Amino acid sequence: MTGTDTPSHTCDLLIVGAGPAGMAAALAAAPSGARIVLLDDNPAPGGQIWRDGPAAKLPAAAREQREALTQHANVQVRCGTRVAGLAQQTSPTPGLYALLLEDAESGWVQRARQIILCTGARELLLPFPGWTLPGVTGAGGLQALIKGGLPVAGQRIVVAGSGPLLLAAAHTAQQAGAQVVAVAEQTPWRALAQFGAGLVRWPGKAVQAATLLPAVYRASSHVVRAHGTAGQIEAVTLHQNGRAREIACDRLACGFGLIPNTELGQMLGGDLNARRGLQVDAEQRLVGVPGVLAAGECTGFGGSERSRAEGAIAGHVAVGELAAARALWPERARWQAFADALHRHFALQPALNSLAEPDTLVCRCEDVPYAALTGRTGWIDAKLHTRCGMGACQGRICSAATQQLLGWAPAPPRHLLAPTRIATLAALAPRAAEPTPSTD
Amino acid sequence: MTEATITLTLDGQAARVAPGTTVAAALAQAIPPGATRRSVRGEVRAPLCGMGICQECRVQIDGLRRLACQTLCRDGMQVHTGLHPEGNAP
Repeated sequence: MTGTDTPSHTCDLLIVGAGPAGMAAALAAAPSGARIVLLDDNPAPGGQIWRDGPAAKLPAAAREQREALTQHANVQVRCGTRVAGLAQQTSPTPGLYALLLEDAESGWVQRARQIILCTGARELLLPFPGWTLPGVTGAGGLQALIKGGLPVAGQRIVVAGSGPLLLAAAHTAQQAGAQVVAVAEQTPWRALAQFGAGLVRWPGKAVQAATLLPAVYRASSHVVRAHGTAGQIEAVTLHQNGRAREIACDRLACGFGLIPNTELGQMLGGDLNARRGLQVDAEQRLVGVPGVLAAGECTGFGGSERSRAEGAIAGHVAVGELAAARALWPERARWQAFADALHRHFALQPALNSLAEPDTLVCRCEDVPYAALTGRTGWIDAKLHTRCGMGACQGRICSAATQQLLGWAPAPPRHLLAPTRIATLAALAPRAAEPTPSTD
Repeated sequence: MTEATITLTLDGQAARVAPGTTVAAALAQAIPPGATRRSVRGEVRAPLCGMGICQECRVQIDGLRRLACQTLCRDGMQVHTGLHPEGNAP
């Protein structure tokens, strides 16, 4: 037992991430009566797509699921709580996983018989000249910030990058009173047309795309440079149909698709699949790691419907309801096919790999320019010689960028997963009253 | 938008925001464009990912290093960005 340990810090099922997958997992598992803890590092459940805030309009499905969660006394929802790392090396207990958690006030060890990882995805953010200027954000990043109350009314906004998230970000910005002056999608028209034609298989998605498509949407377009003074972006140069076009703007929201958050799964012993997601079997079990499952974007980016199906399957499997899980396989397959179409048609064009100039910073934490990296042989070599990836984000942003730009395979994640307070690490220390292990 | 009923202090400046507003959004409302820190070379930076990954929005809130994009404003909160070295921010 550690200083802050209590019986409530041991549960049957720990679900990491309370987005669509995590909420579906909790709701599927809850009727079994299992003691469930549902964690999220954001202030409220919902993940990125159902993020709440003063400027957010939650869809009915999100409100229903949040309401349903409150009906289960055996589900404890802990928001504002992140996983700092694994804790079992100091307190091995057979059949129990132990994770070190931290919230705004304290740190503690959470033990769980099983874990479902619903850690979602983050945006792929690629370096280009000017991308460190204030006012440049991810596309989903701007959407999240607006929902949290970021003022954009009257501002001119350029949205750029790749994928359906650009449409959603542009829509959120418009709803908040911004003027979206351009949406630049790097995918060629031909691929977009094929994707659009294929949407007949998912009519709801076709309607969504038609509703969201703004008049300023352009394919075969990508960002070249953001201009501004030290404190603020002022304009963007886009490459459109072979020509450069400069547009004055107050913000640039630029994201090149989503990459799965796999770090915790990898620390627990999981492997990656071809889409850089966690490798799971048909029952969403992490291959080779007993008692750990994964669902949603962390198994490979594919949208919220796929996440909900995978989450519900994982929740049923975790409490032994295999037939109920199996009944959801067709739903999962339907949305997996949609995910496959996304991956096929929104593949990144090679031109994006040459946006960074020699003095463009690639690692924003340690201010490492592209020129310092081009002579290095790989990720570890770059870390050792340039401090690339050694800063506060621990390479979350620049390892994905260097994988895209330079083909470097990222190194496996190391303890700790995120910057953590010393007081939290103290939760790992055995107390004097506790019998110490014989190896001490 | 909900009524601005929460009062907090941002780099010594009083600000009022609606409940549910993040510290990142409060900084952008009160001190546009909402910069949060200086990089190791001295560049001014502001939130990038908006979802707790990039750490660009780290600030000091009531003496603790926290992410502005994942922290909701509370009455009486004291926020120090890293833009003013005398503010003793992260």
